Amino acid sequence: MKLKQLESILGDVSQFSKPKIDLEQYPTGPHIASRMVYMAETTFGDISGKVVADFGCGCGTLGIAASLLEASYVVGVDIDYQALEVAQNNMQELEVEMELVLDNIQDLSWRGPVVDTVIMNPPFGTRRKGADMEFLSAALKTATTSVYSLHKTSTREHVQRGALRDLKAKTAEVLCELRYDLPASYKFHKKREVDIAVDLWRFTI
Amino acid sequence: MRLLTHNMLTCNIKGVTKGFPLSIEVQKLETKETDFNPDFLKNIFPKLEWKAFHDAALSVGLNDIPEQVDPVMLEDSEFLQKFHHALLEVHLEEGALICPETGRRFPVSKGVPNMLLHEDEV
Ligand SMILES: C[S@@+](CC[C@H](N)C(=O)[O-])C[C@H]1O[C@@H](n2cnc3c(N)ncnc32)[C@H](O)[C@@H]1O
Repeated sequence: MKLKQLESILGDVSQFSKPKIDLEQYPTGPHIASRMVYMAETTFGDISGKVVADFGCGCGTLGIAASLLEASYVVGVDIDYQALEVAQNNMQELEVEMELVLDNIQDLSWRGPVVDTVIMNPPFGTRRKGADMEFLSAALKTATTSVYSLHKTSTREHVQRGALRDLKAKTAEVLCELRYDLPASYKFHKKREVDIAVDLWRFTI
Repeated sequence: MRLLTHNMLTCNIKGVTKGFPLSIEVQKLETKETDFNPDFLKNIFPKLEWKAFHDAALSVGLNDIPEQVDPVMLEDSEFLQKFHHALLEVHLEEGALICPETGRRFPVSKGVPNMLLHEDEV
């Protein structure tokens, strides 16, 4: 599938109707989501034929993208049942298979080494401090090959140090810097900013 | 929820040391065909807890998954078909997963297992 085609299909994915601010429920837009998963596949071969997990899957955008790029098995995890219901409708509309599990990333009940790749857009940690690194920690414990994740560019050094030193990732690399259009409700301090800078990371295990 | 997902899930209530494998209580199953991919099965095989998979298959009514397997069986297409079916085509739609140590029930509803812990369990 071509990138353009993937982006256009992801444009049809329904998103949170009443986002829960405390869970940082803002969707990954089709532009970023398609590039993220497309790059994981075409540059690194981490999607097709693999077991892929989407942590904090929300309405399913990233997992659906992985499924469209022929991941063999996709599992989405979220703490919010209503988001998973939207994800289920999206899967039906788009005729993709994806497993959904209602679980809390903070105490994820998973046996490690079955998942190849984790792809996620975790909370930035603006509402609950440290949420971003909790997601990364869970992902690095679960994936056997690589983890793709979005983090605010302003936290780049913190993320790098945490991943390599504390969470024992083998490598941590920023693949590209993106502009993320965050809904106004999340912008407490930088009221005049329209969007924020976000890094697309790839970690290996 | 399919059996590959079941093979990943554990009960991690605080203090539980043996939260795997969860036993399966079936209320409703569905079967959905998916593409047969022998390479995928060969790759996933070493990552599975086979005994747990065998027991899970039994509890969803499949008694043609051997209790022990030798990797040479992965060349046998008849075996691979059964493996494929049990691992990827049977969906637990309604039922529950039960912790082997505490008996705690994790309900499965509309195919989605609810693994969230209560406050006094974390
Ligand atoms: C930034 S949104 C991303 C949603 C979706 N992955 C996407 O890309 O559009 C973060 C998601 O993480 C979920 N979430 C927040 N805290 C969580 C936790 N502790 N455990 C599991 N999911 C959580 C939220 O419900 C939300 O769906």
